[in-house]
Amino acid sequence: MPAASWVDRLALGLVIGGVAIAGPAGSAAAAEPSLQRQDELIHLLRHDCGSCHGLTLKGGLGPPLLPDALADQPAESLVAIILDGVPGRPMPPWRGLLPEDEVVWLVGRLQEGIGDAR
Amino acid sequence: MRAERRFVALLALVLGLAACTTSPPLRGTGDLGVVVERAEDSILIVDTTERQAIGRVAGLGDLSHASVVFSRDGRYAFVFGRDGGLSKVDLLTGEIAARVVQAGNSIGGAISQDGRIVAVANYEPGGVRFFRSDDLSPVAEVPSTYGADGARSKVVGIEEIADNRFVFALYDADAIWTVGLEDGAAPEVERFAGVGKLPYDALLTPDGHHYIAGLFGEDGLVVLDLWDEGAAPRRILDGYGKGEEPLPVYKMPHLEGWSVAGDRLYLPAIGRHELLVVDRATFREIDRIPVHSQPVFAIARPDGRQVWVNFAHPDNDVIQVIDVPSGEIVEELRPGPGVLHMEFTPKGEAVWISVRDANRIDIVDTETFETVGSLEAEAPSGIFFTARAHRLGY
Repeated sequence: MPAASWVDRLALGLVIGGVAIAGPAGSAAAAEPSLQRQDELIHLLRHDCGSCHGLTLKGGLGPPLLPDALADQPAESLVAIILDGVPGRPMPPWRGLLPEDEVVWLVGRLQEGIGDAR
Repeated sequence: MRAERRFVALLALVLGLAACTTSPPLRGTGDLGVVVERAEDSILIVDTTERQAIGRVAGLGDLSHASVVFSRDGRYAFVFGRDGGLSKVDLLTGEIAARVVQAGNSIGGAISQDGRIVAVANYEPGGVRFFRSDDLSPVAEVPSTYGADGARSKVVGIEEIADNRFVFALYDADAIWTVGLEDGAAPEVERFAGVGKLPYDALLTPDGHHYIAGLFGEDGLVVLDLWDEGAAPRRILDGYGKGEEPLPVYKMPHLEGWSVAGDRLYLPAIGRHELLVVDRATFREIDRIPVHSQPVFAIARPDGRQVWVNFAHPDNDVIQVIDVPSGEIVEELRPGPGVLHMEFTPKGEAVWISVRDANRIDIVDTETFETVGSLEAEAPSGIFFTARAHRLGY
């Protein structure tokens, strides 16, 4: 069981609760980013998200983002966490830096795994 | 007598030949250092006099958040990998002298005042493990267990302190612990609970007097007076955010003893695009300097005349230089996206800057701000020079 503290769980619960009220954040019909943009997003994921979650996404100060660790979380809640952050925790909101369709695409890659993150 | 002299001459010749065939050329290590190649499993060994790489050492595991301390003779680098790997690298031969994988997920480490013990701060399993610096054989372990259910906290901000002890902070447990290791005895742990929410990193002042932890979860910092045995940690700079909503932090700031310039500390604010200028004697805020974005590193030149600042994503292409006497930003450099770290040469005439996305190290003159050299490195992050070997808290 990947270590998620009760604070993380509470925060996640709050975020999911918020999503339930606000409606699903992700859209299954999101457009694919261009191939060049996909490379940029994977670079961002490994290097910038990786500064807390680890370059290999095995976790650091932030929790692991490997497929197993995300298995019990619906895509919509992951999209909401990335877009809006986790209140009271270091996870910042990426809304404004990343459009929602790119976040939906990133969550899809995270859920299937991006392979050797080197 | 003559035979004796002949023997001595022969002996000298034999020893001389042996030295020629087996030893690398004699040289010191005081102007050497290492550069972490974060996406590879390698470090570069660099020469700060020649301004070039003199070797690359691979096989060090996941170095995506690697940090380094040095043996007190300046010959060996202890490399702490993200994957729990601890490697002892010989800077003169480029060989891995010893290596252990001692945990699943690590953040960094420290080397004891006497140079005999290397301590590693671990996220998974949470705690600190101690090893002999000569062969990396295990000495002791202190699990960061807290609370009733036996959970273990991530450990951050480990530093070596006087009396051959170590100090560190517990991210999940809101605590600061110190540990002493007597030969053959169980580690002696002193625990301070409730120091403030989510200590994320810490620094030791260069005199070893104060340990200061940054708090992510609160509007302030916490300081432990290490010269006062009865002292409990106390909060400083409470409410520096003035109750305003913090801005998002896209990379956590790092704290280290380099924040001290003269009688002042320069600390990155959390969630504010400011440096906090703090009086070292009273720990009161005496100024705050608006900067380009969320500061990550604020590093004083060794003489304390300047403070160099880099920034979090998406503003990590910029460096600002603060002139300490005037408090003004006197220079803004744009080395390119992914400026991750800066390291001054021992006396501060130059600074080495890692520019991750350009796969390049820039070397900049700290008086003229001219780039005086550069070298190639694969996604460079941390830069560590051997002068750290002789400072507390580096």
